[in-house]
Amino acid sequence: MGDQAHHHEESFVSKYVFSQDHKMISKQFLVTAIVMGVVAVMLSVFFRLQLGWPGESFAILETFLGKWAPDGVLDRNAYLALVTIHGTIMVFFVLTGGLSGTFSNLLIPLQIGARDMASGFLNMLSYWFFLFSSVIMIFSLFVEGGAASGGWTVYPPLSALPQAMPGSGMGMTLWLISMVLFVVSSLLGGLNYVVTIINLRTKGMSMTRLPLTIWAFMVTAILGVLSFPVLVSAVVLLLMDRTMGTAFYLSDIFIGGEALDVTGGSPILYQHLFWFLGHPEVYIVLLPALGISSEVIATNARKPIFGYKAMVGSLLGIGFLSFIVWGHHMFVTGMNPFIGSVFVFTTLLIAIPSAVKAFNYITTLWKGNIRFSPAMLFSIGLVSTFVTGGLTGIILADSALDVNVHDTYFVVAHFHIVMGMSAIFGMLAGVYHWFPKMFGRMMNNKLGFVHFWITIVAGYGVFFPMHFVGIAGAPRRYYEYSNFEFLNGVQDLQPIISTFAIVGAIGQLFFLFNFFYSIRYGQKAVQNPWKSNTLEWTTPVKHLHGNWDGPLPIVHRWAYDYSNPVHEEDFVLQTTPPLDGEVMH
Amino acid sequence: MKLLILLVVVLGLVAAVQLSKIYQLSISLRGKREEEISEADNRMNGGLWLVFMVLFYASFIVLLIRYGDYLPPSASVHGLAVDQLMNFNMAIIFAVFFLVNTLLFWFSAKYYYRADRKATFYSHDNKLELIWTVIPSIVLAVIIAFGLRTWNEMTGEAADDAIRVEMYSKQFDWTARYPGNDGEFGLANYNLITPLNALGIVTEEGVESALEEIEVKIAKLEDEIAYEKGHLLDEREELMERLHEDDHGHGHAHTEHEHSEDDNHSDHSDHADHADHGDASHNGLKALLESRISEIDHMLESDKVIILTEAAYEAKEDKLYRLKRHRTRIMEIGEFNFDGELSAWDAGRDDRIVKGEFHLPIGREVEFVFRSRDVIHSAYMPHFRTQMNSVPGVPTRFKMTPIISTDSMRMILDDPDFDYVLLCNKVCGAAHFNMQMKIVIESQEAYDAWLNEQDPFLVKEGEEESETEKVTAEVASENITASL
Repeated sequence: MGDQAHHHEESFVSKYVFSQDHKMISKQFLVTAIVMGVVAVMLSVFFRLQLGWPGESFAILETFLGKWAPDGVLDRNAYLALVTIHGTIMVFFVLTGGLSGTFSNLLIPLQIGARDMASGFLNMLSYWFFLFSSVIMIFSLFVEGGAASGGWTVYPPLSALPQAMPGSGMGMTLWLISMVLFVVSSLLGGLNYVVTIINLRTKGMSMTRLPLTIWAFMVTAILGVLSFPVLVSAVVLLLMDRTMGTAFYLSDIFIGGEALDVTGGSPILYQHLFWFLGHPEVYIVLLPALGISSEVIATNARKPIFGYKAMVGSLLGIGFLSFIVWGHHMFVTGMNPFIGSVFVFTTLLIAIPSAVKAFNYITTLWKGNIRFSPAMLFSIGLVSTFVTGGLTGIILADSALDVNVHDTYFVVAHFHIVMGMSAIFGMLAGVYHWFPKMFGRMMNNKLGFVHFWITIVAGYGVFFPMHFVGIAGAPRRYYEYSNFEFLNGVQDLQPIISTFAIVGAIGQLFFLFNFFYSIRYGQKAVQNPWKSNTLEWTTPVKHLHGNWDGPLPIVHRWAYDYSNPVHEEDFVLQTTPPLDGEVMH
Repeated sequence: MKLLILLVVVLGLVAAVQLSKIYQLSISLRGKREEEISEADNRMNGGLWLVFMVLFYASFIVLLIRYGDYLPPSASVHGLAVDQLMNFNMAIIFAVFFLVNTLLFWFSAKYYYRADRKATFYSHDNKLELIWTVIPSIVLAVIIAFGLRTWNEMTGEAADDAIRVEMYSKQFDWTARYPGNDGEFGLANYNLITPLNALGIVTEEGVESALEEIEVKIAKLEDEIAYEKGHLLDEREELMERLHEDDHGHGHAHTEHEHSEDDNHSDHSDHADHADHGDASHNGLKALLESRISEIDHMLESDKVIILTEAAYEAKEDKLYRLKRHRTRIMEIGEFNFDGELSAWDAGRDDRIVKGEFHLPIGREVEFVFRSRDVIHSAYMPHFRTQMNSVPGVPTRFKMTPIISTDSMRMILDDPDFDYVLLCNKVCGAAHFNMQMKIVIESQEAYDAWLNEQDPFLVKEGEEESETEKVTAEVASENITASL
């Protein structure tokens, strides 16, 4: 493969459908994730209607859910199914597939100076497995007994026994199949990302000159490759318990009028296996968002990201530590308390690199010259929500405190603020920032401003009150709360939360309209609209298979020479050779 | 109506597209580019950060005032330490929250873009990094130390004189079991669960009645399988064929042998012997066949005949197999002995099984043991800062000492109807949101009196069936029927 770009005939199918070009694949991931996201948001609006106004009839529920909402009131099994699928879609399909899948694919070859990923073919397969997995997950909503309903964590025995709830029948089987396909997609992608970053960097692009996005994507991919297979093992054992009479997770169960003849298994085994993935998974969700924000904040503050080495170090620290904290999801399972202590220690440790990152972001803003593109607004929002959500993690990490808030709305508030706000903001920042690179057009800024301010207000409006509902003792995954006198006082928060949720959902219409409209009619972009230093902005606006027309760029400096006093312009492309006598960073 | 809504949405979209196109046109005519964000826009957004900050903090403070102290003071000993730890952590978290968010919003507002200035090139500062690594580390170390100390106290061994109570969870209720006057819990085995023995307590009577019940079920199922019309008719047809075959069979058999003789080089004399024996056993076989056929005819006329699809028939065969296996398990429950005089057969007889509400004496440590029948549930008692999963197959435990009686708490809250409650806190199915049990904390005397009122699990022969048993049977059979 020479230095020249490939010029070969592409049919509609090979260009848009079965593409092996990383830029097209990234767009496929993005659009699929957006569709899945719309579905998941709708599901959440449906169950928030029930939670905000319990037992009231809503015609829209019957329209969309048919027999799952007889007379417009959500059925209690359907409620759990909606909650389960909402969580599953958001964590895996939107925030993993949609975040890593889109931006790792788009940016890795472009920012390291490569023609494409190491294997275009595996990359293409990774998208098609993702699509196939998505279709099956959506399809599971329509089966007779309903979709999987044990929460996105689907703990056995509830998820292992069809007799335990209707969603544990065919719906659960489809969920498991979908997840295996999803993991295949992730692994194919992740391996590609790591191999590409290590092997295909262009001349001069040493590891210490990599933009922080690439560092983040690399650590994320390594996390995925090491932890997703454990989820597969959890899933396979569950499939076996469901269909082959094994007893990995089952023991001493009497259900449906029968004593099941399986003994010796432990449901806690599943939790260990699940959370061994589950915890790194939330960092797989978060790290790309952090990486994207580093880029967006530096570019739009016209300042180098503060403490590049510390940022890299904290990415590595978070990545490593994320493997040894999973037990904090299991403090109240009856696990040996000593093990609980170990997990308290490691979990609180992870707060340190996280804090370093937050402080570095803020110092980057100090004495910057901040351009508030919608991407920048979302990135600043990310820092706020990362801090807010991360701080409540300290309560949850403390096992003695977790005893009182585990599985309450306090936890729901925590993970939604870090994932449902922070990580999503990173994804949206990425979309707004790299839209010109993806589609050769600009999105509309005014709509972007409106979208941002509605979203951050609605987001905090939904999730901040949940802290109080949770500390008051309200469990999560409850269909309604009217059976508990002691919770009556916090119930007036529920309709407020639901109202913000509906407003937030409607607010996303500004984004959806802007996104799809601009793909077709947006103002045509120039090559480097944000005046950014990184390599992706040195490629032509119209996509070229092989990215650069001519030889690959040669890199002479790090990615963050913004407002460098030695240079006249407030940005310096990475390909700019050193000036005479310039001391390089 | 829906059509109208659809129409409005479509028209709205079209309008939005047209408006956007007009907007695009206007900005391109003015030579503006989307990436050139005006200073006015930058200043506006900077200002909005400050507005946002004020609104955000204000609503936080309002929420804190209205809901900050929502739960009443802890009703358990360890809960006091937990609340202290919580307040300590919250103080730190609030301080960091306000400090860091304020810096973020303030810098955003202050440093909005101005074309005539350049940002300050400040790429790193190792001393600063060190400071804000070391300080959080120290703070976290303190949090860890304090937290683990509280945790160790909470999870340590229970006192020797702690009351032990078993909380048994199933879809969708809780049952409490107290050891009887012997101070020992009876063993439990899920194979012995019947409507009268909802917890599967091991006693001689328990094993007997479980066996009885399952024999009845097995007999019933065997009958159903035996009397399935389709299979009976098939069997009858097959038997009739064999019968007719054998009638002509003698002659045919010889002919067949002759044909095969050439091929097989078989001994002719053997066949002659066989033919003789054949006659005798043939008559016996015929009689057998005929008697079974007449039995089938008789069965077909009885009113026990049922018709099943093939799938249903196989399901019943599977079920029979499972029931037989279950019966084996019941029979395997042999006799165990505790060290001491009590035998396993006896320890459970005087256990107290309680539904709906359970009582505890104030000021005494209680060690809960948790068991589950079907899926993972969780016993959450927020007033006592207590929570522990109940996991099928894996007993768990949690100890606590209640320090505020129900009456006292009613006075504190000025709510004469207040009651402590135990809620399920691990999703367990459709009625997860209503799986609760009332908790009553009272004086030792009142508790003793209450406990005495609870009937022992098994009354002696000759005594009347206890209320508890009646209730247990009613409720248990309801639940089992419901789950079938």
